Amino acid sequence: MEYRHIKALFLKEAKTELREKYALNGILLYVFSTVLLIQLLIQKFNPLVWITLFWLVVLFASVNAVAKSFIQEGRARMLYLYQISSAENIILSKLLYNSLLLVTVSLLTYLGFSLFFGDVIIGRLYFLLILVLGSLSFAGSFTMVSAIAAKASGSGTLMSILSFPIVVPQLMLICKLSRRAMEGFSISLNYRELISLIAIDVIVFVVCFMLFPYLWRD
Amino acid sequence: MTFKKDWWKYASAILLIYTVIAGFLMPVPRLPILNETIRNLYFHVPMWFGMMLLFFVSLNQAVQYLRTGNLNCDLRATEYINAGLTLGIAGLLTGSLWARYTWGAWWVFEDPKLNNSAVVMAEYFAFLILRSSIQDEKQRAKVSSVYNIFAAASIIPLLFILPRMSDSLHPGNGGNPGFNTYDLDSHMRMVFYPAVLAWIGMGFWIAQIMIRTKKLEIKLDDQIA
Repeated sequence: MEYRHIKALFLKEAKTELREKYALNGILLYVFSTVLLIQLLIQKFNPLVWITLFWLVVLFASVNAVAKSFIQEGRARMLYLYQISSAENIILSKLLYNSLLLVTVSLLTYLGFSLFFGDVIIGRLYFLLILVLGSLSFAGSFTMVSAIAAKASGSGTLMSILSFPIVVPQLMLICKLSRRAMEGFSISLNYRELISLIAIDVIVFVVCFMLFPYLWRD
Repeated sequence: MTFKKDWWKYASAILLIYTVIAGFLMPVPRLPILNETIRNLYFHVPMWFGMMLLFFVSLNQAVQYLRTGNLNCDLRATEYINAGLTLGIAGLLTGSLWARYTWGAWWVFEDPKLNNSAVVMAEYFAFLILRSSIQDEKQRAKVSSVYNIFAAASIIPLLFILPRMSDSLHPGNGGNPGFNTYDLDSHMRMVFYPAVLAWIGMGFWIAQIMIRTKKLEIKLDDQIA
């Protein structure tokens, strides 16, 4: 594990993302068009539906954003990375990059939802905390599943069937917490759920970090 | 089949026969709502216990595969999951039938335990689909072992932490009459504990037969090739 390697690999991720403009713009357009679609289909809905739709949009946008993370790396490039660095560095840089990407995506979705449907959240700071923690757990799970799906054929479908059961516990906690944030409850009333969510984040990242070296070697 | 090695198979078969006979004929306490359906405790609950244990053994085999690279471990991990899913489907059917007559519906979406069990089943079915999409033997073993462990790590909060945070319609939860230590009388214990052993034993027996069949199939394929 070397800081220098991780930094270089992280920058490589960011540069490829920015160079291949379709990737980042695709995610943005995805969020925008889904929000527009919801707007066209149902004009008015209550805050509970707001929360549910919000997390669904974030979920699908996240899957799409992370799916390419390992699938885009061809065999040749993985072999090259294998030679110049170690598995730990690669998974750490990917996790770091995907976490940052998903936090951005969920923040943008929040912005989109507030613009189109109005901001229904009362406890905003609390909600932002959940947003970050939720995006982190998605990033961990989806990065690992993307690495798994990249090894199999038919990665696209596989990515969703493999990852959705895994994110269900996280999503249940996140939705429950977001509802509390929306109603403006204090964090201290739900610290049990919050600690569980943080624990899930830690579990996902640690398991990712431990398992990736096995998965990676061909 | 030597008795010394296979005594647990005889034991589980005898216990299972006992479970069916005693389970339907022994007296049970009359609890409100549950009434005679309480007998489902001898079938539905032990099946889930067996399923959970089989999944844990499979997880252990997956870890063993990653440590040793022995393909037999991978084969065992998969067949334990298959056997676990068999018990899981049986548990789902008995539970669904029971729910129809106590809650009035085959499936109740408000109950977290039901949804969680559906998620667990989906996860292991996804595992089987993942396996079928990889051709190379070693690659398949490696990838599916990793998914097995990763999935198990994410299931632990789902099965053991989240249900304790919310109420369930299940007996013993949220003030429903149930099977906790005070409600379960000594007659029921006389059937319930053997039933648990019987179903777990049966699950492992099924798994063992599946493993041996798979091994023979592989041998046969090697001979033809």
